[in-house]
Amino acid sequence: MEFGPHLMLALLEGAVTSAVLALTAMGLSLVFGVMRVVNVAHGAFFMLGAVAAWWIAQLVGAHPALGFAAALLAAPLLVGAGAMLADRLILARVGYDPERTIVATIGLMYVIEQTVLMGFGPDARPVAPPFDARIALPWVERTAEGLALYWPWGLSITAYKLFVIAAAAAILAGLWALMTRTGAGLVMRATQQDRDMARAFGVPVSRVFARVFGLGAALAAMGAVLVVPIQQAHYLMGGDPLLLSFIVVIIGGLGSLPGTVVAALLIGMTDGIVSVFLSPTLAKIVATLAVALVLVFRPQGLMGRARA
Amino acid sequence: MTQPPRPAPTRRRALATFGAAGAAVLLGDVARMAHSQGAGPLKLGFQVHRTGIGAAYGRWYERVATAAVARINDAGGIAGRQVRMIAEDDGTDPRRGAEVLDRFANLHGADLVFGPLFSNVVIGSAPRAAELKMPYFVVSEGHHVASGTLNRYTLQPGITDVKSQVRSVAPYVAANIGRKVTMIFPDFAFGHDHREFFTDAIAAQGGEVIAQIPVPPAETSFTRYFPRIPRETEVLYHVMVGPAVLTFVREMGEFFGGRGPALFGFIDSLEAVDIASPGLEFLEGSHLWEGMPRFAQPDQTGHDARYRAAVGVDDTGASIDDPRDVSTYAHMFGVWETLSVIKAGMETAGYRGPSDRPALIEAVEAMTDMPLSDDHPQGDKLFNGRTHQVFGRQSVSRVEGGRLIRVHETSVEDTLYEDEVDYTTRPF
Amino acid sequence: MIDARRSLLLHGGIVACLALLAATLPAYHAGNLTRILVLAVYAMGYNLLFGYTGLLSLGHALFFAAGMYGFGLSAALGGLSAGAALLAGVAAAALVAGLTGALALRTRDVAFMIVTLMFAQAGYLTILYLGTWTRGDEGFVLPAAARRLAGFDLRGDGARLVAALTLFSACFLATAALTGSRLGRTLIAIRENEERARMLGYDTARLKLVAVVLSGTLSGLAGAAYAMLFGYVGASFATVQYSILPLLWVLLGGAGTTVGPLVGVALMFYLIDWSSRVTDAYMLVAGAALIGLTLFAPQGVAGLIRRKAAPWLP
Repeated sequence: MEFGPHLMLALLEGAVTSAVLALTAMGLSLVFGVMRVVNVAHGAFFMLGAVAAWWIAQLVGAHPALGFAAALLAAPLLVGAGAMLADRLILARVGYDPERTIVATIGLMYVIEQTVLMGFGPDARPVAPPFDARIALPWVERTAEGLALYWPWGLSITAYKLFVIAAAAAILAGLWALMTRTGAGLVMRATQQDRDMARAFGVPVSRVFARVFGLGAALAAMGAVLVVPIQQAHYLMGGDPLLLSFIVVIIGGLGSLPGTVVAALLIGMTDGIVSVFLSPTLAKIVATLAVALVLVFRPQGLMGRARA
Repeated sequence: MTQPPRPAPTRRRALATFGAAGAAVLLGDVARMAHSQGAGPLKLGFQVHRTGIGAAYGRWYERVATAAVARINDAGGIAGRQVRMIAEDDGTDPRRGAEVLDRFANLHGADLVFGPLFSNVVIGSAPRAAELKMPYFVVSEGHHVASGTLNRYTLQPGITDVKSQVRSVAPYVAANIGRKVTMIFPDFAFGHDHREFFTDAIAAQGGEVIAQIPVPPAETSFTRYFPRIPRETEVLYHVMVGPAVLTFVREMGEFFGGRGPALFGFIDSLEAVDIASPGLEFLEGSHLWEGMPRFAQPDQTGHDARYRAAVGVDDTGASIDDPRDVSTYAHMFGVWETLSVIKAGMETAGYRGPSDRPALIEAVEAMTDMPLSDDHPQGDKLFNGRTHQVFGRQSVSRVEGGRLIRVHETSVEDTLYEDEVDYTTRPF
Repeated sequence: MIDARRSLLLHGGIVACLALLAATLPAYHAGNLTRILVLAVYAMGYNLLFGYTGLLSLGHALFFAAGMYGFGLSAALGGLSAGAALLAGVAAAALVAGLTGALALRTRDVAFMIVTLMFAQAGYLTILYLGTWTRGDEGFVLPAAARRLAGFDLRGDGARLVAALTLFSACFLATAALTGSRLGRTLIAIRENEERARMLGYDTARLKLVAVVLSGTLSGLAGAAYAMLFGYVGASFATVQYSILPLLWVLLGGAGTTVGPLVGVALMFYLIDWSSRVTDAYMLVAGAALIGLTLFAPQGVAGLIRRKAAPWLP
């Protein structure tokens, strides 16, 4: 494929990756920002969302779009409720101590993965996309008569992938409105800035924590529901989203929501663009090192403020 | 997770309890070992991928192993002794795999170990097998045994290796599908084996590999790699492993939109996956290698029919109980046939206990022809005692109406290649 | 100096107990002890950085793998003897630790976690990318010559256990001495309050780099030894899982204690060993145990002992 269409395709694919990543990482960022804990089980919540989506789509049967819509609504609720329970039973009891939370959530991850393996099995299971039209895209070329449009081999995207980008953007906009325009958002931001002060002003901090933890897991689950018609549900699928979300959250700047979106775009796109120029695995190595070096030379992240 | 409140145990009592429990476990282990030296049943250790990335295969390998052991016991066992299978999960991890061999040898007193598929587990465990002088029968289709990197105690008598598979189907690809090939494969040792063996084999047929596209491990999205496929490609040779295969095929379909090259792939990608899954429509009309045809063919043998019934698989390769539960049919026969070889080897060697392990290995090394039978339902085979590797027929199938129809079967001779090692010259 | 004498008694006593165990345990548990001792060296390396200096790395698999591949490749492809290859492995780990440490230490806290994690991920992918020599995920078996050290054939269970015990004891006593030394106390001071340590005139940046290199070298030594003793080199040892394991071991056993790493490794090893006898879902049991331990023994086992019974525990 010529360079132009190749790059265009890499950018489109990068945008889909970025969209899902932004949603998933946003959940982690929220938890990180407000509660100051690293949730290692975030990838497991992502996987739970995908598995729940498969299960719900199975139950509903009917038209794929109906099953998918049901999954998009119910799976995040289920996963969020589970996460709130985990917060009450475990995290609250270790007092949100950073190191103990890491160990406890690693334990939680093992428990979730093993439980899903026993209940759902080791196979990868697909969910049918609600709609699936292939959209061929044109490219320009210089001919004797000047510029002309043509349809290169392989330059295409599906309607569903476009939907993923739009849906992720809509959900993020909704989250932004929730955080900045509502009382619940105000309480979360207050807790994020100074939890003791918030408590002094009567904010029920422990209830806020449970909701934030549930919301974070629900965002991961939403990302998973969106991705499952492209990727399939599998009990070990949580690893990569977890690592990438981590990276995005830190690169974006701790707890900065716009920073998280920018970082997700940066990472999704870097991966795509570098793969145009280098052999695939080498591209991954270079992209990983490049992003690590961003952090080395700007330790506070892209949008984070330098430490006082 | 909630428990009724109870008085906190004192530290001393807790320590005493732990100490007593530890001692009990140690003594129990010693007692169990002592018991295993008696006559009793033969103990076959089954190293299985119950968890980890190999779990989809492991589940079916275990069903086949259970069925094969039941069949052996129903027919009177091995040399009149009943067989007890002891399964241990290796987590599809090489370190755990080696630890599991310790458990078989020193905890269970197993007579031998069989069953692993994933190459890293095989290679990680094989040195330990040799140290423990434990016969280790692998069902991995890797070239690691015949390449000479392993040892006298490691054998692969139940399934052909990747080198045989790839070389034997290359003539069919060149003659019937196309000669200008682009290969897309995982950037793993397994993918590299495909790359090397097929590149040579297609060149020998006057064809050519015009591009090689290694895909990084754990990749979940593939579209961005497809532009690397040259326009003049006639055949796209694909072999992917892991849960992302449905994405791979679907995205390939989206990319080409019905005007791409012909496809030739290895069923490894689609084992345990329903060929009629949403998104796999793009495979219609394409060709796949199969170790053993998943769908019962018109010329099905009675051996295949009886084997299917024994392992609980219907004519479409799915579980009899649940048609959505598709088996790893192209590989799992290897477990069945390995157990047949173990039985024959133990009976020839007059195996009585662990001191007869070298005799068992020599008996297997002496094997050559394995005719098509209920013991070898996949087909006739030729075992090479020097390289510890078996050779057998391979199938090429075409996807037609969501079914796999065999269009070509290689001969055993097609799969032979020159020896790379002679294990029989190595000491026990 | 009562504490110093107690410390000597404690560490000497533990080594003596281990030697006694090694001589008396039945074969299966002796084999487990061999693995536990080598992995405990890895955990001690991790503890040096995490427990004593207060730096949480998620990329130690890079150092473990650097030692393992430094050893394995120089022995299998370079034809070095086991002793020389061991040195090559340790040198490779030290070099990698120095390079990545110099870069990663520009960051702190969570950013340090992520940078080390990404370096390790790049290292893992590099092993796969260089599959022609490393055989990628599949790995390779070491030649017999690489498993013969100072006249001992390490393929024998007895020699292997003696080698593991010797290695462990040397590292154990060395870290015990280190933590009691000036350097060790300075590192603890950095963990407790880096700002204050800097004001007192310590070059904390250099000291932290020293800690990373020491920690990485010890981890690499463990990786090289694991390859030498068990005969296999593979990419699974470079995965993120092997960066998380030492963190778990150290936290379970007790971070910032000399005995914590050994206790943590042994505990985790036998937790999985015993639970896998009862159920296939041994990872579920392990997960539940991890959660339980954070709830009821937050400072790890050794931390619990230090708090309840022996406040002098080093």
